[in-house]
Order: sequence, then structure tokens, then C-alpha cells
Amino acid sequence: MSDKILEIEHLTVSFDGFKAITDLNFSLDFGELRVVIGPNGAGKTTFMDVITGKTKPTEGKVYFKGKDILPYREHEIAQMGIGRKFQTPRVYLKLTPRENLELSCVRHKNVWSVLRGKASSEERHTVNDLLETIGLTSRADIPAELLSHGEKQRLEIGMLVAQSPDLLLIDEPVAGLTDEETEAVGHLLMQLAETHSIMVIEHDMEFVRQIARKVTVLHQGTVLCEGSMDEIQNDPRVIEVYLGKEDEDH
Amino acid sequence: MTVKAIEPAVEPRALAKARQRRWFWLEVALVVVCALLLLLVIPAILNAVGQGVRVNQLGRFLALAIAALGIDLIWGYTGLLSLGHGIFFALGGYALAMYLELQAKGGGTPDFFSLYGVTDLPTFWRPFNSLPFTIIAIWLIPTLVAIALGYLVFRNRIRGVYFSILTQAALIVFFNFFNGQQKLINGTNGLKTSTSPIFGVQASAPRAQAIFYALSVVFLVLGYVVCRWLTSGRMGRMLVAIRDDEPRVRFSGYNPTGFKVFVFAVSAALAGIAGALFTVQSGIITPSSSLSTAFSIEMVIWVAVGGRATLVGAIFGTLLVNFARTLLSEQFPAVWLFFQGALFLSVVTILPNGIIGWLRSSGFALGRSLFGRRHPVATYPSLETDPDVEYERQNLRD
Repeated sequence: MSDKILEIEHLTVSFDGFKAITDLNFSLDFGELRVVIGPNGAGKTTFMDVITGKTKPTEGKVYFKGKDILPYREHEIAQMGIGRKFQTPRVYLKLTPRENLELSCVRHKNVWSVLRGKASSEERHTVNDLLETIGLTSRADIPAELLSHGEKQRLEIGMLVAQSPDLLLIDEPVAGLTDEETEAVGHLLMQLAETHSIMVIEHDMEFVRQIARKVTVLHQGTVLCEGSMDEIQNDPRVIEVYLGKEDEDH
Repeated sequence: MTVKAIEPAVEPRALAKARQRRWFWLEVALVVVCALLLLLVIPAILNAVGQGVRVNQLGRFLALAIAALGIDLIWGYTGLLSLGHGIFFALGGYALAMYLELQAKGGGTPDFFSLYGVTDLPTFWRPFNSLPFTIIAIWLIPTLVAIALGYLVFRNRIRGVYFSILTQAALIVFFNFFNGQQKLINGTNGLKTSTSPIFGVQASAPRAQAIFYALSVVFLVLGYVVCRWLTSGRMGRMLVAIRDDEPRVRFSGYNPTGFKVFVFAVSAALAGIAGALFTVQSGIITPSSSLSTAFSIEMVIWVAVGGRATLVGAIFGTLLVNFARTLLSEQFPAVWLFFQGALFLSVVTILPNGIIGWLRSSGFALGRSLFGRRHPVATYPSLETDPDVEYERQNLRD
């Protein structure tokens, strides 16, 4: 097995001739925390859609742990160990946080075992621990529609972890959060990074500075450059396409 | 203004469990009481006041309520609006009617075949000479048809209004087949069951009808128990998750297709049983009674009126709408359709959650406040008792 958890080669996605992603190459090591940034329309979300099986690329290969995952469908890819958090929190609003987490942490996800399913004591234990981790113990048994935006964001990250994936794909986890909440989510991600490989898409540069070790910049559907936060900030190409705007303001 | 930081009062798990158990036994007791009332008390009362004909109507409507439970399961809980449940209803009804037609001639070719010059019994009729086969066919044939149809539809991710249109189109296909094939199943004339022997008497005899009535009650209770079991556990939460956000379910690692095929098949089996019980209590089944588009849409209306995703609402709505129809069309034959339209419109606009849904949300709280009790806490105390939130709620509404 290769030492890369995720490898993407010559990826091209076009929608009716419009190329959202052009000849993109990317790889992620086991246990790495990577942040992907890029201006609007850089193809960040399409990139995640391809990895999770929602969108099929026009050309290119995607390998997860050395295995080509393009022929598989969303739920099969999820079962292989790729978890995804959406840009806007997608939790089941009519269910309670506890039920949300329980559904995600079921091991055998077929009709028969769900039908028989009572939570095993092990699963109950996992759910309680997770509720503790995401700080929702006191809200565990009210419908999730009554949670605040930040609580929903944390719940969705919790649901992701409950799936016990090897690779977490997280799309804008701090959009619409207060500064304290942002910091809390940052700590949560750093904590998760100790045991998972994580790829985060983010706009909030403060937040990126807080968590990033290595950053990939996407621009017009392809990788513009990769490196540490300092390298990125000093790269003239990045300044031109992305950070440059901030400089003009001064 | 001082804002007290009140931490949510978390109910201890053990206490919550005990409360759940109390509700469970209360519900069991209620179901048993209702079943006994329907079985013993109500028919006796109706017969005593000279309204014996209503017992037959009630029995037929209870049979329809079984189908409504199935609609509630797939529409209310899983978000699949089927406009073609008449297919499964008719398959169940025809299965039993075929058995009874054969019994009328002691296993020989039914009379109507001679009208079309058919002398040999078509092959697919033969197994229906056996009662055990028929009893299995009543629910198994609709189940298999639902699995085949459901698998094709759900695997190709046909959802929402496209699913509804597709089920309605399938219904029309079945209607045209049953209506047009006189040489196979008597076409538009349908099959009659009233003159056939069953349990040693004629199917229309009071004793047989009493048994069918009792069976309707029994199967309604069984159907309710099955649906309640399906919707209360992990399966129920799964169905709600599929209803509210199906793509999310996929990314959590579930394939929704299997779950949707499963509930669709369960609801088809319920519709098949309903069809059989309704047919023997009506004495006849025809394509235009069971396979018309209007009938399948009515099933949905019953559930909408009673309340989606409540189960009790499906039963209540079926009885309410059907009795309203019967009584109104006896008094004012012309107005029923207007009334049904008005009923549906008013439910959609005024009580979008149906009557039972309204009772559970607002009606219950209204009752409490009428008796001077405090409004129950719906969210958590620190939010409910926050004076700012309270002020906003009272002054800024609309």
C-alpha cells in the first residue's frame, strides 16, 4: 500500500463544456491535516464532490488508500472510510442530536440490521462520548431544529466522526460562527487530526492560520501552489489571485 | 435587565425511561380498548338502534384504514407520495375475488367466461382454487410488484413529484389491463364475491360478514402495531432521515434504495390486505372502483386530513372522510365532491399537519392553557424563560 491516503491524478471535470476542474493533481499523506483555499469558483466544492462520488469526473483518477474509487457510489465510498461535512450544516432536523449520532455510528448499514437495531452498549457509549466532545450533552434529547447554527455545525462534525472514517472532508466548518465558536471548532479539528487524515476547505484566513500546517491553493480548477502558510502568503502568484485584494485595501 | 443563566434541566435517563415505559403501556391499553369497542360494543349498539347497515360500512372503512396506514408509512414518514396504491389494493382484492368466483362454481370455470367464448380456465386462475395460496397471494403479490417497481424507481433516484407521476402512470397501465382483458378477468364488469360460499355459508350472509368485520379490526390493529414498531425504533429514524435529507443519508454510508423498497413493499402488503377485506364486504371489485386515479388520490386525502406521520391520524382521517361522504351523499347527493374539495383545501391551508397533527402540537397546549396549566417546555428552559426571547415572541410576531 502506498503511503498516501488520497491521490488524485490529472482530474478534469467539465459541466457542458465549462471546466470546473482542469488537470488537477493532488495527494494527501496518512494523518495529514490539509487546508484547501481558493477564491470563489476555484472548484473547491466540485473537488469534494468528486472524491465523495457525487460528481463523476470527465477525466482522471482518484485513489483512496491505493484503490481506484471512481466506479463506486456515494454510500460505498462513505463505507470505505471517507466522511464529508457539508458547507451548510446538514443534520436531520426532526431527530435529536443523540439520534443523529446513533444513525451515523451504526456499523452495519443495511435494512435488516437497522430493522433489528437496538443501540449496543458500545454504540451508546460512543454516542455519549461524542456528545461530550462536541459539547451537546445538555441538548442531546431535543429536536436538532432547535439548535443554534454553531451547535448544528458541531453536531455535523460529530456525525462525521461517528462514522469513524479515515479521511474527513470538511467544507467551510466555521462559516457563520462567532469568534469563540470558531476557536472551539478549530480545537476540535486539531484534536481529530491526531487520529484522522483531514482535508478542510476554508475561506476564513484567521481560521486557516490557526489550524494549517500545509495549505493548497486552488485557482480556476487547478492547483496554484502548495506549502506552509508562510510560503503561501509570500508567493506572488497567490497574492495576485487571492490575497492581493487585501493589500489593495490598505 | 438581568438575564438569569438557567442551565437546561436535563431529565435523568432512568426517569425518562420510566416515563417512556408508562406511555408505552398506556398506548397498549388504549389500542386494546379501541379494538374491543370496535369488535364488541359498537356493532351491538348499531344493531340495537336499527343501524345495522352501518356496521358493514364501518367494516369497509376499517379495511380502507389499513391501506391508509401504508400510505402514512411511505408518505408521512418516508416522504414518498404514491398516487398508485390502488394497484396493490386491487391486486389483493382481485386475488380473493378470484378464489371466491371459483368457489361459486365448486372449482369450475366461472359463468362470465362463457360470455366471451372461453371454455378453459386461464392457467393463472388455477392456483387460486386453493385457500392457503390465496391467503398468501393477497399480500405477497402486491409486495412483489412493489419490490419490482420500487427497485427500478428508487435505484434510478426518481424522487418527489416524478415518483408520484410515475406511480400514477403505473396505475393507469394496470387499470387499462384489468379493464380491457374481459377474457382473463371479466374486464370492466369486475368480479363479484357475494354469492360464493365461504366458511360454509354465503359470503354475503351475516355470519360471514361478521367474521370479515372482525378480521378487518384484527388486521387494522396488527397493521397499526407493525407500523408503530417500524416507525418508533431505529428504522423510523432512518425513514425520517431519508425523508428530510436523502443525499445526506448516502454520505453517512447508507444506501437509501433498500430502505425505500422495504417500506414501499410493506405499505403495498397492507394495501393488498385492505383490498381483500374491502372487496368481500362490498361484494364486488371492479377496475373502476379499485384502480381509478380518483380512488388512489382519495387514500392520500384521508391521510392528509387525519395527519401525516401520526398513524392514528391515518385511521381517523379514513373513518372521518368516508363517513362524511356516506352521510352527506345520503342527505345531499350532489354536494359530496364539493365538500371533499373544501375539506382537502381547508386541511392544507389551515391545518397542514392534519387534525391529529394539530391536536398533538397546538391543540394539546391549547387544552392545557384552558385548564390554567403552564405551557410545556418545548425547547430548553434557558431559552423559554429568557425574558428577551419572551418579549420578542409576544411583540414581534408577524
